[in-house]
Amino acid sequence: MSADRLPEASSFNTSAAPLRYAFLATIRRDLTLKLRRRSELANPLVFFALIITLFPLGITPRQEVLRELAPGLLWVSALLAVLLSLDGLFRDDFEDGTLEQLLLSPQPSSLLVLAKITAHWLTTGLPLAFMAPLLGLMLALPATSFPALCATLALGSASLSLIGAIGAALTVGLKRGGVLLSLLILPLYIPVLIFGAGAVKLAIDGAVVMPYLALLGALLAAGLALAPWAATAALRLSVNG
Amino acid sequence: MWQIVHKLGSPKWFYRVSGPWLPWLWSLSVVLLVIGTVWGLAFAPADYQQGDSFRIIYVHVPAAILAQSCFALLAICAVIFLVWRIKLADMAATVAAPFGAAMTFVALFTGSVWGIPTWGTWWVWDARLTSMLILLFLYLGIIALRGAFTSRDSGSRAASILALVGVINLPIIKYSVNWWNTLHQPATFSLTRQPAMPAEMWLPLLVMVLGFYMFFAATVTFRTRNEILRRESRTRWVRELAEKTH
Amino acid sequence: MSFESVSALLHMHGYAPYVWPAWGVALGALALLALHARYEKRQLLRDIERRIRRERVNHDTQA
Repeated sequence: MSADRLPEASSFNTSAAPLRYAFLATIRRDLTLKLRRRSELANPLVFFALIITLFPLGITPRQEVLRELAPGLLWVSALLAVLLSLDGLFRDDFEDGTLEQLLLSPQPSSLLVLAKITAHWLTTGLPLAFMAPLLGLMLALPATSFPALCATLALGSASLSLIGAIGAALTVGLKRGGVLLSLLILPLYIPVLIFGAGAVKLAIDGAVVMPYLALLGALLAAGLALAPWAATAALRLSVNG
Repeated sequence: MWQIVHKLGSPKWFYRVSGPWLPWLWSLSVVLLVIGTVWGLAFAPADYQQGDSFRIIYVHVPAAILAQSCFALLAICAVIFLVWRIKLADMAATVAAPFGAAMTFVALFTGSVWGIPTWGTWWVWDARLTSMLILLFLYLGIIALRGAFTSRDSGSRAASILALVGVINLPIIKYSVNWWNTLHQPATFSLTRQPAMPAEMWLPLLVMVLGFYMFFAATVTFRTRNEILRRESRTRWVRELAEKTH
Repeated sequence: MSFESVSALLHMHGYAPYVWPAWGVALGALALLALHARYEKRQLLRDIERRIRRERVNHDTQA
């Protein structure tokens, strides 16, 4: 992906481009911007690894204890890593005015917001899911649980990005929104945490995880239907207010 | 039809009409609360299993019910405010949120005090108590978000959006917490058992619940009127009112 | 009446340390909410009246 093919956000409202094009262009733009700042891209991953390193130091290095705690630890740490990255989801675009352009464009803006959320998931949730087995090894998880760990984190973190986008959109206009953002969002993350960590726990015991994955999928479907809409309403308010 | 709606939404009209109702609401709530207190504390029979510690139910359950009703009210007000831009609904939501948070705290406190004689500890990760705790965080989030905006209208709209997101999530949270609870610790002894409570036990409870509801109506109406005074303090009718009362 | 005397009521068959604090906090919270609402109203009316007076003084001195 080269920079010269980068479509500018302002070109959206010159003509009503087809939806698919606008959606993909927004994703591509966000990905390009993110990839230009690799260190920022790596921050949530480093944070994730660091938190996981802290737990054995704080609790105990005994493998059977760690194995017992691992699903919860991995999920809570991944959740915090996603939370940490949320503030940047709309912040830059809000400050340079791109967000206003996006909301003014002729395409339905909730779809473009969904594109931004997708880009966020591709650069945060998905890498976290791929990194999780490595940290699972350090927490003495059996290798048989790795597919479930990856799958739940990939599915669940998409929901986390969607729900988190609402909070990020509500607080983007505030100067010190960081702590407030976590207060707003963490209670809403609880169902995803319960089903995600529960599935990994089942996978360690060798049980069937499909029902849990289905529940996570249901949460994702509900989030896909409602979250972009709510986030767009919140963005309009932040931009106008 | 629309004229009626807009008249109902007019703060001045509401202030005038709600005034005569207030003494009735206050006295009704006090009467109900006094009857319920005496009945529940002194006359209702003790539970055959939990003994007199069971009497905590008469404040725990009404507070828990109010905590949830109050969130429903927040969501209804949010819809009315976001769709029809009726400011009165937002004023009610502004004052209902701290009330709901207070009720949630009371439900949590009485629940955990009740936990000592029943479970032997202050806190058990019981499904209901955990959902209540999450509800408290939701309330605190809504209150904090409203306060974080410098513009009142932005704060109102943000709090309304969050209240709607919260009310959609609340059933999911409750369901998932129940699921988690049954997985981790099979329900041994629930605080509020459903099976056949005799009338001498549930009648005082009903009186207390009604008393709490009346108190809720009175407080929210009263503080909505305060909110009207605050937001309309530059209008002529409020100035005249302030001069008349002092 | 399910108690023989007032002292038995206060004792609650040994459950007094749980029943009374729970009731105290619950009813105390209601009382605080009501008192706060009343205090808030007084304060608001006083502020509005004070502002009217201040504006009147300003108006008179300018005239």
